[in-house]
Amino acid sequence: MAEQSITSKPQSLKSSYWKAISAIVWKDLVAELRSRESISAMLVFSLLVILIFNFALELDIGTRRTVTAGVLWSTFAFAGTLGLNRSMAVEKERDCLDGLLLSPVDRSAIYFGKAISNLTFMLIMEVIVLPIYSVLYNINLFNPGLLLVILLGSIGYTAVGTLLASMAVQTRTRDLMLPILLFPVVLPILIAAVKASSGFLSGANINDIFPWLRLLIAYDVIFIALAFMVFDYVVEE
Amino acid sequence: MIEVKKLVKRFGLKTVLRGIDFEVQPGEFVALLGPNGSGKTTFLRILASLSKPSLGVVNIAGYSLPKQSAAVRGLIGVVSHMSLLYNDLTAEENLRFYARMYGLQNAGLRITEVLEMIGLDLRRRDLVRTYSRGMQQRLTLGRAILHDPDVLLFDEPYTGLDQEASVMLDGILQTVAKNGQTVVMSSHNLSRTEGLATRFDILSQGKIAASSTRDELGKSNLLKFYNQALAG
Repeated sequence: MAEQSITSKPQSLKSSYWKAISAIVWKDLVAELRSRESISAMLVFSLLVILIFNFALELDIGTRRTVTAGVLWSTFAFAGTLGLNRSMAVEKERDCLDGLLLSPVDRSAIYFGKAISNLTFMLIMEVIVLPIYSVLYNINLFNPGLLLVILLGSIGYTAVGTLLASMAVQTRTRDLMLPILLFPVVLPILIAAVKASSGFLSGANINDIFPWLRLLIAYDVIFIALAFMVFDYVVEE
Repeated sequence: MIEVKKLVKRFGLKTVLRGIDFEVQPGEFVALLGPNGSGKTTFLRILASLSKPSLGVVNIAGYSLPKQSAAVRGLIGVVSHMSLLYNDLTAEENLRFYARMYGLQNAGLRITEVLEMIGLDLRRRDLVRTYSRGMQQRLTLGRAILHDPDVLLFDEPYTGLDQEASVMLDGILQTVAKNGQTVVMSSHNLSRTEGLATRFDILSQGKIAASSTRDELGKSNLLKFYNQALAG
């Protein structure tokens, strides 16, 4: 209060930008550690998907290698939508999104905070799924090139997903809306990720894989820049 | 402190606010009264920079909305229908999170001060999901005053509160008023606002239908003034 206040006026917006991003990431991680809602839902779902593929396809060892990239990215993409939906639903539950929007920071800081949280949850899910997949399908997935593709693909996926989840959460049919909006937009990232992953798994020449990696990096940069520019309009009433 | 001229807000074909002129001096406590659907929440959301005006001018502390909304957001505290609090964080963690979002220095001291003020110091490490509605509303108030804002916007702060929590809210609002902070509060509760506000504006069908200071009202009943404004 005016009489009782200790020096508590906001600092300049520039100095608050990184603090705001780290505050959102910290808040999401603490809340997730307590509730374990997002990661456990994503994990259970992704394990079910790879189990279903394992039994449904009944593949020989040669074919397994060729379908691995597709199965992995289908699993990550479907499980990822659960995490994205939950991440924004938490913000909508008690109008917490309004609380974020009322903060005196550039609204892109909110986007980056949420995107980093979503990426962290997705990477945790992937780190757990990969060894289980390796055991189930008897394929070594600990290939540095593949891990790089997974990182780049996940960055692109969460960059687009966070933006579209912010849009979808404001609609009445938000759970249905996100996959409908997300998958057509994220398709180029998924195609590039599957092609690059497949290349690394089959031991293809790096010159054949490089165009797909470049495409992934380009999409990541484009979608992050686009989200930075339009997030303010997306969350507007 | 707040200057609004010819404010119009449309949602598609529906016009919710129809040319509002509204001015609040520093330290004034304005009660915004009106029936459901009169546009109170929409008006407060525009002042809070959560919604953009379709037409008109909105200035807060010399900053223009929506152009300078980040600067305005640092000067205002908002209490709405919802708590804007995270269930899976404790009271202290919720305030620490908002302190970081507002870039507060000495956040620990300020958080303790605010928790003592709202009477939740002993429950500071409890998850918000374990709080009663009244306790959550007190914490919501704590969140709104954490950064010591110049302007406070309250949208129906008494909604869902029991008698005890309402009395506590009265006390906090009286402290806010004494400290000279500018307050705009929408409410249905005429009896509670009567003792707090220095001015009463009646909003009807998207327009300010009548306005009166407490001194002008004198001994006449606020309810009578309210009914006359809506009838007229």
